[in-house]
Amino acid sequence: MTETADLKELYRRTVLEHSREPHHFGRLDSADHSATGHNPLCGDKCTVYLQLEDDSIANIAFEGAGCAICMASASIMTDTVHGRRIGEAETAATDVLDAFDRDAGIESLHGDMAALGGVRDFPTRIRCATLPWKTLAAALLRSPETVTTETTS
Amino acid sequence: MTAIRNQTATTSLDVEGLRADFPILHQQVNGHRLAYLDSAASSQRPRAVIDAITHYYEHDHANVHRGVHTLSHRATDAYEGAREKVRSFLNAASTKEIVFTRGTTEAINLVANSLGASLRSGDEIVLTELEHHANIVPWQMLAERTGVELRVIPINDAGELILDDYPDMLNSRTRLVSVAQVSNALGTINPLDRILRPARDRGILTLVDGAQAIPHMPVDVRALDCDFYAFSGHKMCGPTGIGALYAREAVLSELPPWQGGGDMILTVSFSGTTYNELPYRFEAGTPNIAGAAGLGAAIDYLDNIGMAAIENYEAELLAYATEAMAAVQDVQLIGTAEQKAGVLSFNLDAIHAHDLGTILDHQGVAIRTGHHCAMPVMEHFGIAGTARASLAFYNTRADIDQLIEALQVAREMLR
Repeated sequence: MTETADLKELYRRTVLEHSREPHHFGRLDSADHSATGHNPLCGDKCTVYLQLEDDSIANIAFEGAGCAICMASASIMTDTVHGRRIGEAETAATDVLDAFDRDAGIESLHGDMAALGGVRDFPTRIRCATLPWKTLAAALLRSPETVTTETTS
Repeated sequence: MTAIRNQTATTSLDVEGLRADFPILHQQVNGHRLAYLDSAASSQRPRAVIDAITHYYEHDHANVHRGVHTLSHRATDAYEGAREKVRSFLNAASTKEIVFTRGTTEAINLVANSLGASLRSGDEIVLTELEHHANIVPWQMLAERTGVELRVIPINDAGELILDDYPDMLNSRTRLVSVAQVSNALGTINPLDRILRPARDRGILTLVDGAQAIPHMPVDVRALDCDFYAFSGHKMCGPTGIGALYAREAVLSELPPWQGGGDMILTVSFSGTTYNELPYRFEAGTPNIAGAAGLGAAIDYLDNIGMAAIENYEAELLAYATEAMAAVQDVQLIGTAEQKAGVLSFNLDAIHAHDLGTILDHQGVAIRTGHHCAMPVMEHFGIAGTARASLAFYNTRADIDQLIEALQVAREMLR
């Protein structure tokens, strides 16, 4: 059945593995940057902690609760930017947010994030995938305000 | 009260026949038969309601009241005829007690504003932990404006009100007790007699949020002896954007208007304005005439089936669904009150409700996920949200079976 096939596109093995046992999950006491993202309508919530050293992300962690898509995206996000330079992490966040923002951009997702490409066919779930990345961008800016991806503008 | 009635009454609903009245139910969603289990959010409409709205616009529309031409008379008849239907459906004493609103939310806001105008800092309003945000936020806004204090009746882990300390919550400062008849998030039917009577005995006003009750059981505002009763049309097979506030005439006649404009006045002059009589004083501006006509048709439709028959049928379906859900491994039902209306709030293992909602939707099963505008309830249970299947009289065991099957698929997929 095609419906099941579509769902399997959404919940690919990589996504489920990340969501069940997310990487870098927990609080980072040595963090010097952090920010919180919250989608109050669906309840997804994540806090991203960063410890920056020499212009790089020396340590990263996140904690929160949310759907499989949000948790997987957060886990993949931490893998992607851990050890990267701040500028690279900013670019990665912008690229992911852009990729989901425009239909044609999904193909630009790479690494484990490519496994989240199936979200494209589930418009109401895109905000779940983008929340951790928007929170990362906010953490890099030390944004004191909680960010959300529930309102698109 | 329902349990006893259920034992003695017989069920004789021709549900398949009734389903045929609902065009929207007969469609495929994502390649599957639609199992619409989201009526607590909004019910569906029978053809009779859709036709009433169409007929109104095709034949009778003009503005209501004061018109001398034929169409204006017809529109007024449709509008005021609907008011009489609401009065009769609620067993109110007079149509003066029926104020049309956009829905429950606006009805409660009306009371919060009009009654609120006479409240002072230190006055108290009693709510419950079960309330929908529509029966919390208007009072919080009032509290910010006036300094009134909110007291909250707590719930136990079955989702039932704990009323032991309730009589002591009422005191000389208490001005209003405002409570849902049925919890939208959990389905709990509150024991209104135990809540309203102590308030009445002390001369305290009472408001019942009937949004989740009126589609599912007979409602008699005089038997309840409440001062206000609020409900929405769209949850009872009527259109969106129409609902009503019942208000006891003696209480309503003392309240100031809350919105100004046309229709709510008798005379307007820059030296002073006189307000219209009840209930028009509370209906500023051109009302939702077509909505009222549709609501009237919905009431006729429900009356024809009989609310007691609907209540009995839904109780049986809820029992079937509850048993079927309990048999699904790792399902945790949230809200297990002894007296419940047709709501099944649940979580499945550690699967997030949003993932469940997506997987179920792909199998044609429409449920709601999240906090259901009752975040204090979620907070009580320490959860972000639930998946909620909610029943109406047009649901069948086939809908429940489809839900259960879809839950098994979800378990498989996210295992």
